[in-house]
Amino acid sequence: MAVFRVLFGVMMCFSIIRFWYHGWIETLYIQPKFHFTYYGFEWVKPLGVYTYVVFVICGLSACLVALGLKYRLAIITFFLSFTYIELMDKTTYLNHYYFISLLSFLMIFLPANAYFSVDSLLRKKSYNNIPKWTNDSVKLLLGIVYFFAGLAKLNSDWLLKAQPLKIWLPSKYDLPFIGDTLMHQNWFHYAMSWSGALYDLSIPFLLLYRKTRVFAFALVVIFHVFTRVLFPIGMFPFIMIVSTLIFFDAGLHRKIISFIKRIVPFKNSKYSIEQHSVYYYNFRKSITAVLGLFFIVQLLLPFRYMLYPNELFWSEEGYRFSWRVMLMEKMGISTFKIVNSETGEFFYVNNKDFLTPFQEKQMSAQPDFILEYAHYLGDHFTGQGHKNVQVFVESYVALNGRLSTPLIDKTVNLYAEKESFKPKHWILPFKDDIKGL
Amino acid sequence: MIKKLFLATVVLALVVACSSSSSDDSPTVADNFNRGALLTNLADNIIIPAFQDLSLKLETLKTDKDAFIADANQTNLDELRASWLEAYKVWQHVEMFNIGKAEELLYAYQMNIYPVSTTDVETNISNGSYDLTHANNNDAVGFPAVDYMLNGVAGNDADILAKYEDEKYKTYLSDLVNQMESLTNTVLTDWTSTYRSTFISQTSNTTTSAVNKFVNDFIFYFEKGLRANKFGIPAGVFSTDPLAEKVEAFYNQEVSKTLALEALLATQNTFNGTYYSLSVKGESFSSYLNELDRSDLAVLINTRFDNAREKINLLDNNFYSQVTTDNTKMTEAYDALQLAVVSLKVDMLQAFNINVDYVDADGD
Repeated sequence: MAVFRVLFGVMMCFSIIRFWYHGWIETLYIQPKFHFTYYGFEWVKPLGVYTYVVFVICGLSACLVALGLKYRLAIITFFLSFTYIELMDKTTYLNHYYFISLLSFLMIFLPANAYFSVDSLLRKKSYNNIPKWTNDSVKLLLGIVYFFAGLAKLNSDWLLKAQPLKIWLPSKYDLPFIGDTLMHQNWFHYAMSWSGALYDLSIPFLLLYRKTRVFAFALVVIFHVFTRVLFPIGMFPFIMIVSTLIFFDAGLHRKIISFIKRIVPFKNSKYSIEQHSVYYYNFRKSITAVLGLFFIVQLLLPFRYMLYPNELFWSEEGYRFSWRVMLMEKMGISTFKIVNSETGEFFYVNNKDFLTPFQEKQMSAQPDFILEYAHYLGDHFTGQGHKNVQVFVESYVALNGRLSTPLIDKTVNLYAEKESFKPKHWILPFKDDIKGL
Repeated sequence: MIKKLFLATVVLALVVACSSSSSDDSPTVADNFNRGALLTNLADNIIIPAFQDLSLKLETLKTDKDAFIADANQTNLDELRASWLEAYKVWQHVEMFNIGKAEELLYAYQMNIYPVSTTDVETNISNGSYDLTHANNNDAVGFPAVDYMLNGVAGNDADILAKYEDEKYKTYLSDLVNQMESLTNTVLTDWTSTYRSTFISQTSNTTTSAVNKFVNDFIFYFEKGLRANKFGIPAGVFSTDPLAEKVEAFYNQEVSKTLALEALLATQNTFNGTYYSLSVKGESFSSYLNELDRSDLAVLINTRFDNAREKINLLDNNFYSQVTTDNTKMTEAYDALQLAVVSLKVDMLQAFNINVDYVDADGD
């Protein structure tokens, strides 16, 4: 747990710096005129230049987590600031950001500073053992991520058509050596699809079982490094590799700690630290209740798509927060038409006037984005003095190599439709069939 | 180091897996598409020949212009107008190639920004001093400015000829044409001397490689230069009211349809890899799609080009009068072109898996 805390903090701190370094704070949160919000979290918005402050707070709290200084306060701050950043604009939604939010929430309740932390130096107390369930809860969360990602791959596009890998892999033709030998081979697309699904489904169990653990970890490293080479997925592979170290027993972790101690000189001798063998927990009952509820929600949330009649991949109702990773190659084009309902006069909107290219790309193929943007346009043009504004959209979307077809009913005035968790009747049905979970 | 080591292990494992299992597999359908051949065909058989032809046509335009300046009579004016149209038609074949020197010089901005600003033109003429390459003069140069100079400076031919008794008009017309010719030759020379080899070597899938930029430029041109500028904007699809005076070649009043059809033909030929002014075909987006087993899409795109052409053929030769009399036909042509945009921008880009924009952020 201590090793996990240190590496997690360091990685998060590094992620924030990397984000800043690439100028993404500017391009993703400050430049856009308009931000796509999450339903229920419309009040979470970028704060102009103060957005940088949020990032600074987030980065600093990550450092404190790594050091184990004022751990509880630091991890709460990290959870809040990181989640705030993610909620500012759903254009940037990534499953692994969601994973980090969940993990940091979970870590609030874990005694990750019990050992090898500045807190334990100051308190002059260190605990050699922490309750087993604390480690197990992290394992469970990781297991859920992998297993659900695996379940999501059990669909006809992934397994029977090798989509979208069949589209993605050939475009990696300039990779050294494997670029023009493997990447365009039909069998390779299928092999990658099937082994990817199998990997996700089995890896939590292989990691749990002591005899296969080392082998499983090797697989984790190979898998994540390979995906890092193929796809632009940033820090995620490294975070997952580090996280899976939690499956190993205390022996390995002690070795890592003594290794860290050797490269970073500590003056331990100054302090006499009371060694306690077992960490004692306050508020045990309420913590059990909170975490129990947390995991029940985690287990149920990915299945909420069953409540919607439309094809999940098409309408994306219940798609997010469900560990559906790299399942779709979806592109669209959405043209908005502003109509005066009395005179019938209309004109089309140039999306570039309002959205960044990245926002336009994400908006074009996702119904909830389209609706929110339609309302923004409606408000904008009403504000400009246009009368009786109606907003219609002509939207064409191509999914996993199928020919593009209309996504939204172009006769529905979206300005009059409200966002909700109810099924969206104005999404046109999907013309094909994707079988699977 | 560790990362590299693991990468090496992965590669090794994959190679072993590959060599042991591929031998007994049936022959596989592969994307072995030769992007180098695609770029070579584009450069040698489409782009460079089109620029060479444009250069020739502009030379003729220059000769006729010199004759007109020497003797501003009706015959010379008609000759000059004819050679302007010939050059303008060929221009439709090169406007989409906004790459290399053309991109660097903002060539298209100096050749075909319309509507022309008659105020800027007249100011330049009366001032007698101007920098034609300056961004502020983009709407006072190129084909649209020459259109105005030959057809718009006065209400009828006799009055137009009368204008050229003023040396300042002669000088401005002359400078315009010379500038167009010299710019074109700069771009052409760059292609034939150095850029061709750079262009055909950049086959990688990165945002700055020639193959990706070319695909993006091609689609951008179709969407903006062709669909929006020639049809959408005059038909008023982006504004509350139609803006008929924004048609291409507004002062000539007779050729906007000719130019638009020429532009559509040029884009379709580029899509199909058809050699410039010949009917031979080489490697192209279309053959690339076939290679990717997406001949359905290649066929659909051609059908949509053809449908758009049918709609355009229904229009008046003069788009200005089309917009002012029956704008519905104009918006129908726009809608037909829009469907082609959808196929190119959504389906074709998905098939090629090329980024449509230059967004740089993580995915998952």
